[in-house]
Amino acid sequence: MQPFNYLKPSTLTEAAALHRQADEPVYLSGGQTLIPAMQQRLSAPSDLIDLSGIAELSGIQAADGAIRIGAFTRHAQVAESAAVRSAIPALARLAGRIGDAQVRNLGTLGGSLANNDPAADYPAAVLALGATVHTDQRAIAAEDFFQAFFETALDHGEVIRALEFPRPRRAAYRKFPNPASRYAVVGVMVAEFDDGVRVGVTGAGPCAFRAHGLEEALNASLSPDALDRVEIPHEDFNRDLYASAEYRAQLVKVMAMRAVRDLFDP
Amino acid sequence: MTEATGIGAAVKRREDLRFITGAGTYTDDLNQPGQAYAVFLRSPYARAKVGAVDGSEALAVDGVLAVYTGQDTSADGLGDLPCGWLVKSKDGSDMVSAPHPPLAVTQVNYVGEPYGLVVGETLAVARRGAELVNTEFIELPPVAVLGGAARADPIHEGLAGNLAFDWELGDQAATDAALAGAAHVTALEFANNRLIPNALEPRAALAQYDAVSGEYVLRTTSQNPHLERLVLSAFVQIGPEHKLRVIAPDVGGGFGSKIFIYAEETAALWAAAKVGRPIKWTAERSESFLSDVHARDHLTRAELGLDADGKFVGLRVRTTANLGAYLSTFASAVPTFLYGTLLSGQYRTPNIHVQVQGVYTNTAPVDAYRGAGRPEAAYVVERLVETAARELGLDPAQLRRRNFIQPQDFPYQTPVALVYDTGNYQAGLDRALELADYPGFPARRAASERAGKRRGIGLSCYIEACGLAPSQLAISLGAGVGLYESGEVRVNPTGSVTVFTGAHSHGQGHETTFAQVVSDQLGVPFDSVEVVHGDTGRVEFGLGTYGSRSLAVGGSALVKASEKVIAKGRRIAAHLMQTTPDNVAFQDGAYRSGNQQKTIQEVAFAAYVPADYPEDLEPGLSEKAFYDPKNFTYPAGTHIAEVEVDTQTGAIELVNFVAVDDFGRIINPMIVDGQVHGGIAQGVGQALLEHGVYDEQGQLQNGSYMDYCLPRADDLPSFLTDLTATPCDHNPLGVKGCGEAGAIGAPAAVVNAVTDALGVRDIAMPVTSERAWRALQGVAGEGV
Amino acid sequence: MAALNKHIHLRVNGVSHALEVPANMLLVELLRQRLRLTGTHVGCDTCQCGACTVHLDGRAVKSCALFAVQADGCRVCTIEGIGGPGGLHPMQEAFRDCHALQCGFCTPGMIMRAIDLVERSDGLDEQAVREGLEGNLCRCTGYHNIIKAVLQGQEAMEADDD
Repeated sequence: MQPFNYLKPSTLTEAAALHRQADEPVYLSGGQTLIPAMQQRLSAPSDLIDLSGIAELSGIQAADGAIRIGAFTRHAQVAESAAVRSAIPALARLAGRIGDAQVRNLGTLGGSLANNDPAADYPAAVLALGATVHTDQRAIAAEDFFQAFFETALDHGEVIRALEFPRPRRAAYRKFPNPASRYAVVGVMVAEFDDGVRVGVTGAGPCAFRAHGLEEALNASLSPDALDRVEIPHEDFNRDLYASAEYRAQLVKVMAMRAVRDLFDP
Repeated sequence: MTEATGIGAAVKRREDLRFITGAGTYTDDLNQPGQAYAVFLRSPYARAKVGAVDGSEALAVDGVLAVYTGQDTSADGLGDLPCGWLVKSKDGSDMVSAPHPPLAVTQVNYVGEPYGLVVGETLAVARRGAELVNTEFIELPPVAVLGGAARADPIHEGLAGNLAFDWELGDQAATDAALAGAAHVTALEFANNRLIPNALEPRAALAQYDAVSGEYVLRTTSQNPHLERLVLSAFVQIGPEHKLRVIAPDVGGGFGSKIFIYAEETAALWAAAKVGRPIKWTAERSESFLSDVHARDHLTRAELGLDADGKFVGLRVRTTANLGAYLSTFASAVPTFLYGTLLSGQYRTPNIHVQVQGVYTNTAPVDAYRGAGRPEAAYVVERLVETAARELGLDPAQLRRRNFIQPQDFPYQTPVALVYDTGNYQAGLDRALELADYPGFPARRAASERAGKRRGIGLSCYIEACGLAPSQLAISLGAGVGLYESGEVRVNPTGSVTVFTGAHSHGQGHETTFAQVVSDQLGVPFDSVEVVHGDTGRVEFGLGTYGSRSLAVGGSALVKASEKVIAKGRRIAAHLMQTTPDNVAFQDGAYRSGNQQKTIQEVAFAAYVPADYPEDLEPGLSEKAFYDPKNFTYPAGTHIAEVEVDTQTGAIELVNFVAVDDFGRIINPMIVDGQVHGGIAQGVGQALLEHGVYDEQGQLQNGSYMDYCLPRADDLPSFLTDLTATPCDHNPLGVKGCGEAGAIGAPAAVVNAVTDALGVRDIAMPVTSERAWRALQGVAGEGV
Repeated sequence: MAALNKHIHLRVNGVSHALEVPANMLLVELLRQRLRLTGTHVGCDTCQCGACTVHLDGRAVKSCALFAVQADGCRVCTIEGIGGPGGLHPMQEAFRDCHALQCGFCTPGMIMRAIDLVERSDGLDEQAVREGLEGNLCRCTGYHNIIKAVLQGQEAMEADDD
């Protein structure tokens, strides 16, 4: 592995300053994607800025109608959090099925979102729940955050501070995992709010997205059958050894139907 | 002996203590003072001319000790890596064995092929150096797809149609006639998917050379260290055999992939002498995917003819087998002698003809992996039989019964060379049907359908030929070495026993089972028997572990050696008891004559302290034996898979798997059961999850665990296993071998179940959820 | 471009170590190469096989998936730290008793994960164990006996707690 400078700031300001000074810096959060990528020589940062020492990135706070989760919260902590389980049980369950147990013990919410792997689980939840991404500089709406294949709205050096998830009436997540990587071939979260239903889809496309066609159908009738006749456009969907775009479209519909069923029978 | 440790007892493994405490010593756990590290230069192209290799930048890195290429090994006169089995084409000509230098010299022929190595003070330095080597490649069009290989330009000089051999077995005219006259012919055309073995411990080597003594020592991940030594000295000519010691310490799984003599271990040993430092090399998993041998990869068209009564009349098989870019150590034997000879299965098929074209492609070499040829054969036979039954509207179990070789038919001469020794196939089928609750299947299917799912059941009545094999027969068929095994039983002066075996244990538990065998033979406590293996410096000779042969051949050698020990001891005991040997009986560790008794421990002491001793007898109580099998052994059994398919996603759940196997006599049922489970998991992996895929440019598309899917715990159910037993009648233990059965029987059982569930004739392995979903769409579209 | 070395303190199997390590040294490299704790194995380079699983502050992690510097100030426990020939951990006993290993290469990681799984769950059944071992590959056993062992180890660990 390429040598690098290892830096461990204790504040966000310090982190940002270190980032500005370095040639090719990368923030290190849980490291569960970054470190394998570095081992494969796919990533070779000059400076690794470890965010684990920044206290304000940690913690889970439940407030009226929303729950705020620090960016450095590990997947296992989200899965095990009594606050998350009570406010948005579907989010806790989603976190409890990311990767495998060892990955969940290190991987973090903020790291996953900043990386924006097209097959990561969290983006489906961020979109379906209409979460707000709080960074060290601003607040970004879910819709604006995920921009393209491994691309987010984060500026160079910008750090995610916390995620604020509005509490839905109910929500459910269904995932069809790739048998090898266990990433989502397709993952769908359906969330019902007072003002309507939101559907977040991951795995299917180059970047997680809201499925407006499915939302429309579910806003008309919140039942699995309502999705029966919805067309899932899949021209831009991912295709790989395991699943074609057409098959992914089928999985989007089926996972969505099952998530809707789970709303009523969690 | 005591019931708890003798033959047939489920003795807990003595090797486990070191593994559960982290005290195992695998090759990468070992170090030598002053060791340097090797990193291999590997081809990024499937086919290219190698131009200048410029190592100057690498050598400028502090700590880089050397950059070597194929030019250097070639200049030093290193020989090629040989293929040890000469197959002849049907026209009588020898197979074409393309030259296979350990490091490519002028041309590279698959992605990942090593053409050089960088040696550095540390691994990081060696890696950095390897990145700085500038190599000129002139790309050539690769032949990466098996289907088109015969029509493509030859990848090696002087090779017509990329054909290594065009082999046949059986009576073609009689088979053609039988099929022409058949009342029904079932034909299938399918691929047997390419697998990548993936023993969990990557290959590794720790190589050293002592310039004073001239001795080389290679510690490496090998299933057969003596064969490695033989090849390195006789063919590669690194050093003379008596100056070469190969040690295979704890080895983390092999499944065949560590039988072979590979480039990296070879080059590391050579380089250790060049640099004058011990050299360590451990593969990264990404390297393993590219450079370990791959397996299977056949395209086959097969036809089974049946008469009006549902009796098989003929089987015709045409197979194209991918051999990869070079012939690996046993590559040519796998799709021929280990495949064509098994096509009779458990059945009295009177006419069989098989033709196999072995072709070169610009992919990693293909060789033996758990089952090696026999899974491919079982897949052909059992997919055809199941399909024929469905086409004829017969119960697949009934059709098999109608065609089984019957117990009174043994020894049974098949039309494809083998003579089966013993078996009772009906018994295995009946027991498996019972365990699988075969009669209850329609009700389970109906229940699944009510839940919106499809359910299917599939059988596979496999046979295998294990315990390779009579040496003379094998050599007459092209084998380059004998296939006996050697063993030594050394009774120490105090009566404890050290056993040396040429078989190698890398998960099989020989340290336990072989001790059971010898303690049983000699009537000494299990704990007083130690088993030594895996070191050419300690064990006289051996041919290693593969083909489920360790116990049948290696164990038999130990029985022979034990018998010699007992015979010599009898003479000593007779002398001590002042009688003649024919008046002395040996039982339970003691020699008896009348009411006198001498324990084997007392006899051993007398043998080493010969105060009162027969005049014409040498002191000592240690005997060696070589056992050359008289025939293969023929384990067989019935596997039954039951699957449930999610009709909306195509996801397949293996809900039940039954295996009833006949391995002859069982030494340790716990270990046998473990072997069966592991084999089934790999067979299920082939059927549902695993596939090594090259694109047309010859790039491996799934060279990591991110996309090559090994079965995980939650992919599998607990398997239901049982045994029937017809002891082997030609080895002293009556054993047949159990290591490969699961991988041989499972794929056909699973695919038969899946096709049953989906209502389709055939579906490609691995049956991914998308493949199953598409099949369901097709069925729906056709209104079947 | 020399790797900058870092001073770290960590407790490994109850023993304190003050070490200077290159920043790019993985925890598994520290354990195997520096501390010679070779029971922790490396079976892949994509952080998936689980053979390198250890406990970091009491939780199972893949020691190839973090740098040694990240373990500064932490407690690390490896297979060598949970029990030896003189006193095996109940999970080690269960693995031997159930023939849950063959080649032994995945075994240390499998045992470390199994202990973590049992410690964090109540009354695991077969399916929960199968899912809980998602991050550990075994190529030898077909998992059947591993599942048996974890269930048996669970019982023994609970009995020990009583």
